[in-house]
Amino acid sequence: MVDQAAVLADRVWSRYSRKEQFIRYGVYLATLIAVVWALQDIDIFWPWVWDAPNQIQNLAVRMWPPAFNTWNEIFSAMLETVHIATLSTALTIFIALPVSYIAAQNTTPNKATLWLGRFILVSSRSVNTIIWALLFVAIFGPGVLAGILAVMFRSIGFIGKLMGEAIEEIDRRPVEAMQATGASKMKVVLYAIVPQVMPAFFAIIILRWDINIRESTVLGLVGAGGIGVLLQGSIDLFAWQTVATILLAIVVLVVLGESVTSALRKKVI
Amino acid sequence: MLEITNLVKRYGQNDPVLKGLDLKVDGSSVVSIVGASGAGKSTLLRCINRLVEPTSGSIKLNGNELVNLRGSELRHSRRRIGMVFQGFNLIDRLTVMENVLSGRLGYVSFFQALTRRFPQADINRAFHLMERVGIAHYADKRADQLSGGERQRVAVVRALMQEPEILLADEPTASLDPKTSQQIMSLLQRLASEMSLPVLINIHNVTQARMYTDRIVGMRHGQMIFDGAPKDFNQDALDAIYGGIESPDEDNGEPDTADDHTQGALV
Amino acid sequence: MTDLKTAASGAPTRVWKKPPFIANPWIRYGLIVVTLSYLYWAFATLPFDWERIAEGLPRAGRIFGGAFPPSFERGGLLWTGFKESFQIAFLATLLGVSLSLPIAVMAARNVAPLPVYLLGRTLIIVSRSFHPVIVAILFVAAVGFGPLAGILTLTLYSIGFVAKLLAEEIEEIDWGQVEAMRSVGAGYLKMLIYGIFPQIMPRQIGLAMYQLDSNLRASAVVGIVGAGGIGGTLMNAFGRYDYDFAFAILLMIIGIILISEAISGWVRKKVW
Repeated sequence: MVDQAAVLADRVWSRYSRKEQFIRYGVYLATLIAVVWALQDIDIFWPWVWDAPNQIQNLAVRMWPPAFNTWNEIFSAMLETVHIATLSTALTIFIALPVSYIAAQNTTPNKATLWLGRFILVSSRSVNTIIWALLFVAIFGPGVLAGILAVMFRSIGFIGKLMGEAIEEIDRRPVEAMQATGASKMKVVLYAIVPQVMPAFFAIIILRWDINIRESTVLGLVGAGGIGVLLQGSIDLFAWQTVATILLAIVVLVVLGESVTSALRKKVI
Repeated sequence: MLEITNLVKRYGQNDPVLKGLDLKVDGSSVVSIVGASGAGKSTLLRCINRLVEPTSGSIKLNGNELVNLRGSELRHSRRRIGMVFQGFNLIDRLTVMENVLSGRLGYVSFFQALTRRFPQADINRAFHLMERVGIAHYADKRADQLSGGERQRVAVVRALMQEPEILLADEPTASLDPKTSQQIMSLLQRLASEMSLPVLINIHNVTQARMYTDRIVGMRHGQMIFDGAPKDFNQDALDAIYGGIESPDEDNGEPDTADDHTQGALV
Repeated sequence: MTDLKTAASGAPTRVWKKPPFIANPWIRYGLIVVTLSYLYWAFATLPFDWERIAEGLPRAGRIFGGAFPPSFERGGLLWTGFKESFQIAFLATLLGVSLSLPIAVMAARNVAPLPVYLLGRTLIIVSRSFHPVIVAILFVAAVGFGPLAGILTLTLYSIGFVAKLLAEEIEEIDWGQVEAMRSVGAGYLKMLIYGIFPQIMPRQIGLAMYQLDSNLRASAVVGIVGAGGIGGTLMNAFGRYDYDFAFAILLMIIGIILISEAISGWVRKKVW
């Protein structure tokens, strides 16, 4: 066996062909160049980088132990955060559903409405909640209204897009059957489309509510209400022990939100 | 020579799957192990290369005890034991050649494995074996693009790349169509005699066991109840092994779900 | 036919009502009451500053009046901001994704022993528990204003997402390939390289591209709290009432996000 192999001349095998090899090295080189450029060009003061672990540790030490003396203030700010998330999710439904209806290819009345729907979804999704909040704080002043509107404007794109996809994936046959009975467009929607997208609707709303709770915790950093206001205030005052308490409270809230959503999800689906 | 004495395997607190099994395989014989699903065939093979930890007993390969090996000793003994699986177990996203060369992983260094810089001798051996089973022209194809029979050939070559002292085959034809499975069986038979390699084959198909192997071992409920030449494997033996369980002569035997694919702790 | 008609007209009227969505009437009406009282409670307790809100509409008019046409005059500032955002996103993705691989292996129950698994899971949970903006403020407080805080934030953010999904992917691999590698006598690392990494590679690249895209989005946001990049420029423009410049930045952000989404989608499709 081995003798036979020895008779044969050495044969070449390489994992990649010459062209593949070339592309691979090209990608490596491009990445390397990008890294070098980014590291050289970026505005970083390197001694700080080496000092960062110390600084982070310092901060952690200053946060310990968490101070619970302002807990009732924190608690009411938490409630406010939950209200912002819940109200904005509930209000979003009324806007997102019509938008998803016109942004779904199979239900939209015509080309113009389709593009209008898509435009609304894209612009809502490309602007982050915080940036929406910045805008609404400038318009309506600091406060919960700016927060609610910011979360709503971001959620429209999310819920609208997913609902639009759910509508596009429905079974066509019930729609045809309803049309065959002579039902008007709205009746077809009510009888053939709504029942089919119901489960998706609940799943999406629950998912978004969970996300909105997380988003609502940071709105206050630009003045749009919720626990973030308190967090920013405590950081400005260097009250690090209060900051630690607020962070703990946020973790508790997020975990609670997650368990509520997973319980709801089991109930609904 | 493989010598198994009083092998016991028990999962948790359940009834043992292997109940004190003795088996001796010497020279270059092809031995088939037949038995119904759950009889312990798959567990037996996996105990030999220790993918499954035996509960007690002894397994000796050419005089070396395998049961108590650990770490690198275990890996060194594993590379002397080739294995072919029912589901081929190829690395789907790598090329045929890489799959074949992966049979050398127990020999090459980590750096060589990472960069695919295998020794020239291994590459020569790989080409030679692939030509022997007729898959050399697929060397740079991805493994998941091959047909079932071709994939099993790759798996056989991978096992042979280990320069094994024994070859284990766990239902090597159960995922193949009848014609291809005959080809694979006769390939295993010829390779065994060419390389004077003992081969242990778990098999459902009794007809093929009779045709392609020198010796048949029948198992039931974790015990050996038949051991003899194919010509002695008569209806009585068949009834004893499969009696009241299922029709044995089905071409596409059900995969052994009972004792397959146990995700044991990694060694 | 006639039978049916007479049956329909002659029979006594029978009642049919759509069965309610929630069968138990107590729960059904209870839910309505709870919802209404929640709404009342929430609106009553939330501090709305109606006087200030009433000024909103004229203000909105002023803002959008000032925002049109968007001003791209300060192109230099725009360019530096976006460049820094991109650098932050790129470095954080590279760092985050390469750290994610070992953490994912640690956090996959089928390849990691229990203590290592718990450590890996903890790392992932810690990096997931806060919104990146909160992480960014903490890093800004610890290491000062600038892109370093941004890079640290988004690295953590990437680990939380990529390592989690990668660990789940490892837990779902085809175990046969691992078994085959063990049967040829490969050690742990060789088993990882041959038995596991090829299986998770497409997912890994897909996640990396996805993460680059989402880090680019997030880098615009963490800048608002001082972690470098275009977000800081945007915040300043809002602060100085330069709405035309702010609007230009917003348009650029939207444009760049759309482009990066398209590119990352294309690469992910290619690799699959």
